Amino acid sequence: MDPHNLKKLNEEKRNRRAAVLLTELSNGRDRLVREGDAVSGELGMALEKAFRSGKSGVATIGDAEYFLNVHVPPPRIVAIGAVHISQALAPMARIAGYEIVIVDPRTAFATPERFPGVEVLAEWPETALAPRPLDRYTALAALTHDPKIDDWPLAEALRAGCFYVGALGSRKTHAKRVERLGAAGLAMSEVERINAPIGLDIAAASPAEIAVAVLAQIVSAFRKRGIVAQNAAEEERILDA
Amino acid sequence: MNDISNELQMPIDELETAEAWMKAGREVAVATVVETWGSAPRPVGSHLVIDSEANFEGSVSGGCVEGAVIAEAMDVLASGESKMLEFGVADETAWRVGLSCGGRIRVYVERIG
Repeated sequence: MDPHNLKKLNEEKRNRRAAVLLTELSNGRDRLVREGDAVSGELGMALEKAFRSGKSGVATIGDAEYFLNVHVPPPRIVAIGAVHISQALAPMARIAGYEIVIVDPRTAFATPERFPGVEVLAEWPETALAPRPLDRYTALAALTHDPKIDDWPLAEALRAGCFYVGALGSRKTHAKRVERLGAAGLAMSEVERINAPIGLDIAAASPAEIAVAVLAQIVSAFRKRGIVAQNAAEEERILDA
Repeated sequence: MNDISNELQMPIDELETAEAWMKAGREVAVATVVETWGSAPRPVGSHLVIDSEANFEGSVSGGCVEGAVIAEAMDVLASGESKMLEFGVADETAWRVGLSCGGRIRVYVERIG
């Protein structure tokens, strides 16, 4: 193992970025591939599959045998709003294997009694997220209905490329939100990434059912995320320019 | 709550250990599970890191074959040549070292640098 690759891999992991350590087993040569790095041919396809599934394994390409060790950060949900939906979402998320953090500056809502065993931060999102910035392996669900609390983390989630961004509220509420975010300087192509009204359409009625719809949408976004294709397209644009 | 969750989110990371040992000037080998068949105790991608004094961290099985892997790692550290090891019930040596859970694993052992 190349010591330089080991250092680079550890750095990627510390920064919650996905990487594959690719080792050619016949000669022991390795290289580090980051998610979104352009690798052509069959090997590129094997890498893309590995990033998507998060599963390590051996790939035989031509005469060469490669080992792809995938290091994908654990997916995480940041829920803005210590509301009724979040009370149902938190235990469900953990059962599904997602870490979850609840953020709400309203101290009456964000209490450990309402969220036993869950990380709850009774702070403004700006403060709460400073030591744990949003990233591509984070889903952001804005659930307060209050623009003062929801707008900043929504904009930040779009900037950070969160794999999922969702916001609670009717179509009318969302139309106003789109206007505000546009006025704040976000491109419409970005704002369109917000899932609103939030959750898969399962005709959810109760807070717990809405939590099911939100979690299902998050899982779908995580498993179908197009980070690889997106980055390759970006790189092509840069090369073409 | 915060302290607990931080602890839970930061288990010992073998590759961080490997880097720390390397920076401390120790010779380090990394063993990696590259393939498994049947009921293998540790998933593909799991690591065991070993230094030249046979200090180790991590695992490639439930403790059944670590001893043998560490012994092989000593050779790998001395020669610099990587090795592919295979353990399973079908293998007489492997059975002796004790992978009795019925699984079969392939472990790649290499030196850092």
